[in-house]
Amino acid sequence: MIEFRYEKAKDAASAIQMFASGDRAHYLAGGTNLVDLMRENIERPETVIDVTGLSQTIEPHESGGILIGAAVKNTALAAHLGVRERFPVLTRAILAGASGQIRNMATVGGNILQRTRCNYFYDEAARCNKRDPSAGCDAIGGFNRTHAILGASPACVATHPSDMCVALAALDATVHLEGANGARSIKLIDLHRLPGGRPDVETELVPGELISAVELPPLLFAANSTYRKVRDRASFAFALVSVAAALEVGEDGAITDVRLALGGVAHKPWRATVAEQELRGAPASEETFRRAAEAELKDAVGLRDNAFKIELTKRVIVNTLQKLAMAPVAVL
Amino acid sequence: MRYTINGKPVQAEVDVRTSLLDLLRDHLQLTGTKKGCDQGACGACTVLVDGDRINSCLALAVQYQGREITTIEGVGSPTDLHRLQAAFVEHDGFQCGYCTPGQICSAIGMASELERGVPSALTEDLRLKEIDLSQDEIRSGNLCRCGAYNGIVDAVHQTFARKSNNIFAKDAAE
Repeated sequence: MIEFRYEKAKDAASAIQMFASGDRAHYLAGGTNLVDLMRENIERPETVIDVTGLSQTIEPHESGGILIGAAVKNTALAAHLGVRERFPVLTRAILAGASGQIRNMATVGGNILQRTRCNYFYDEAARCNKRDPSAGCDAIGGFNRTHAILGASPACVATHPSDMCVALAALDATVHLEGANGARSIKLIDLHRLPGGRPDVETELVPGELISAVELPPLLFAANSTYRKVRDRASFAFALVSVAAALEVGEDGAITDVRLALGGVAHKPWRATVAEQELRGAPASEETFRRAAEAELKDAVGLRDNAFKIELTKRVIVNTLQKLAMAPVAVL
Repeated sequence: MRYTINGKPVQAEVDVRTSLLDLLRDHLQLTGTKKGCDQGACGACTVLVDGDRINSCLALAVQYQGREITTIEGVGSPTDLHRLQAAFVEHDGFQCGYCTPGQICSAIGMASELERGVPSALTEDLRLKEIDLSQDEIRSGNLCRCGAYNGIVDAVHQTFARKSNNIFAKDAAE
């Protein structure tokens, strides 16, 4: 870890000011990813601005939506009764990630901006286009069991590691930003980028821009939502494949509304819009779910070690939707 | 930098790169807290901050100024064991003992989470406000290389499980 100057911001405005006047500045929240990256010399900030003093409030609105401060801890968000009742998929996604200790440290803003856990990104002896945009990629042709099957590029096949973001993608979350040029908002699904030719540029944030809050719009049928994560061990492991889903079925057995997002399969939380289109209005049957999953994964490409994830993803989509269709309450 | 550690005010001046773990071990000689992986995976470094369990290896000490920190030295002493420590002895909850301080701090933090109704990934009904110690998944952040898990689980259940869910409740009644 190189030497750095530490500053603690009391609010977003002071953090942005500190960023503008600091050399090679970086915001620091819970530190569960950034401290590790700094220790490995992958991140080398010279000014570190502690933003854990930003809002830690969770405000449910009468409309059914919820506003979440960027510095809310993962544990606090998962445990919030309003979240558990209105958006169980979000609680389940957060609790499926990391460990109790890490969830007590990690913030909502930091969870969104955490970086990939691709082994080659962490290994300074390996080539990685995220660390050096012209270096090449050792994951392609290397050990790539955990890598992307959707939206990857010849430059990068890394995945976004967050579980929470998969739920936020399904729930149409909006991310509120503040920066030197004022405040703006962006949909969570538009915040992260696909790798293309610049896998080192991971989000649409401009330098110095800061996440101040995340907003969930009202979505009444999200009371019937869940998160299914498949991984190499039952707890404290990143997803091979995960599915966040909310489902509403009418009295005639047809799907009236649905939200679907995938984790562990792409460089960003993957909103399954193609599948959603297939599902809306169709009968809530295994056949429909399978057809929708096939359509979403039509362009999936497997690498040496991860081609199994294509069929696995389809099965997890079908299974998750079946459970939601059968048990329209907040159960597993 | 000022802290309250195990109930006592402490002042320390260290490089901002120092982790809370290194502050405790190398600067304050509180070596009960252990360094295992130093990257948040093994849980040996678990301490309590304002009652919440965290990985002190991933925590920059500078971020925790002014907070109340409890380490294994503040949980109990050889002559006055915490009831969880006594249960670890009773159930052989360790072999080499290296993970034990982290296991104990983590379990105490877990018990406070259960008190506050924090659910686990395996909680079936999220609408319930009372969460039982029905799933050991919530302690997956602590590894034991010796594989003393059976004893650890027994000790934690004996100490913290609610009566209705306590695997030892039947024995106790008999």
